[in-house]
Amino acid sequence: MSELADAFVTALKLIFTGDPEVMAVAARTLGISCSATFFAALISIPIACLIHFNHFKGKGTLISILQTFYAIPTVLVGLLVFIIFSRAGPLGGLGILFTPQVMVIGQVVLISPLMTGLTVSALSGVRPEIRDTAVSLGAGRLQMARTVLVEAKYATLTAVLIGFGRAISEVGLAIMVGGNIRGFTRTLTTAMSLETSMGNIELSMALGIILLSLALIVIIIPSWIQQRSSRVQQR
Amino acid sequence: MKRILIFLISAVMLLSLVSMLPACSDEETSSPTPAATTSPGEVPPLPKTSRLKVATTTSLYDTGLWGYLEPMFEDKYGVELDVLYAGTGKALEWGIRGDVDVITVHSRSREEQFVADGYGVERVPFAYNYFLIIGPEADPAGISGMSPEDAFTQLIAEGESIPDVKFVSRGDDSGTHGKEKAIWASAGYEYEDVRTSGGWYVETGSGMGPTLVMANEMRAYTLSDIGTFLAYQGDLELVPLVDEGDILLNVYSVIVVASTKYPDMANNLVEFLTSDEIQDLIGRYGVDEFGRPLFTPCAGQDM
Repeated sequence: MSELADAFVTALKLIFTGDPEVMAVAARTLGISCSATFFAALISIPIACLIHFNHFKGKGTLISILQTFYAIPTVLVGLLVFIIFSRAGPLGGLGILFTPQVMVIGQVVLISPLMTGLTVSALSGVRPEIRDTAVSLGAGRLQMARTVLVEAKYATLTAVLIGFGRAISEVGLAIMVGGNIRGFTRTLTTAMSLETSMGNIELSMALGIILLSLALIVIIIPSWIQQRSSRVQQR
Repeated sequence: MKRILIFLISAVMLLSLVSMLPACSDEETSSPTPAATTSPGEVPPLPKTSRLKVATTTSLYDTGLWGYLEPMFEDKYGVELDVLYAGTGKALEWGIRGDVDVITVHSRSREEQFVADGYGVERVPFAYNYFLIIGPEADPAGISGMSPEDAFTQLIAEGESIPDVKFVSRGDDSGTHGKEKAIWASAGYEYEDVRTSGGWYVETGSGMGPTLVMANEMRAYTLSDIGTFLAYQGDLELVPLVDEGDILLNVYSVIVVASTKYPDMANNLVEFLTSDEIQDLIGRYGVDEFGRPLFTPCAGQDM
């Protein structure tokens, strides 16, 4: 138990003394995961709309495939991204292996299927009357899609946040394609992995607590707004 | 309200994105490399390429030696040095694929093969120390003071009969793992037979540090380089039992990867490591903390 308590004290110390290295690692972690979430949302939400609003052969199969990718192991994505961006690989000429950029790319690949699938579910949850009403009022396809998307905004937001959660917590991908370079590609999870292997359990736990706090802050802001706005609507 | 919500979320994400980008570009502008200045007419495809990547064996990383030397090199040459740690096998693989510019490893035969195959320019030894066979103080297998080969023979014999005797192997194709295989071969065993001989032989598949921690938890024997062992000694209840024998010599060398885009800067790193000043620092590294140096400098010697 004392190990946990010590870790908590260490975490508080690191946070409040503003340890520059820890702060830099935390900022980098947040930067990489938020960028990945942003780009993944940019890709996933339009694709989810295309899937939801169109009827085509194999739609069910496509959704099943997407759902399979919810569980794709991070090390597998890491291996694929490594092979593609390694100098000997097809995109090796870019020379971006072992950079934060390639970590963002890897995380986008990792979380996009998850976000797309959950957004499709979110859109399916909207009552069909809303769509019908929009169409009967003369809405074009784009307007109709927008109306339904706005109606499903909280569920879509949840999809985005779950994607963020997966991005910020993964370690296999970050270590394989980022290389855990001090001051460049080291994130909270890869730092934890290294510190644990070096026997610095307390520091590692402290980093874990910081990671959890960051995730909490990012998750809590939208849900706070959601609660406030639903209270406004009730009035 | 929904507009505010969407706006806020986009703002947070964009801000984080923007906050990350200038951080990268600052590094780019503040660290012009000689490699970039030698060809002023040429625009590099990506600004981040002003970084030199060195893949190092875990033992040089876990002892803190690279953390100590990295800022000195960066200050001296105005370049960002990225230190990637991995076992010798993986470091060599990165070199073969062209993902790193320089490697520092410790497995002579594989290094010579790497250079002979045209992946490396030249093998330059820069430091050495010794491997140790370490184990619990009680020494249930009774190997203390033996030769490395006799100790291994004793370990496999006792390991198969006494449940207290266990050996933890790196099992990760690293230089240390290679040395372990060499000792088994020298003692007259086929490595595959040893590997499959029973539960006494444990493979961790991880770096030297984690392997030492695991050996400590299991009260097992293991083979370690002296540098990592001293760096971890404070946390361990294991003691050195065998420390003499020619086969235990552990030579670290630096090799410039043939496909590097920055041969000049890569050569600077070789010169840096073999310079009198840095050789002197390597020879004294660890004295303050452990009371004895972790490495012996050996630039210019054939080892």
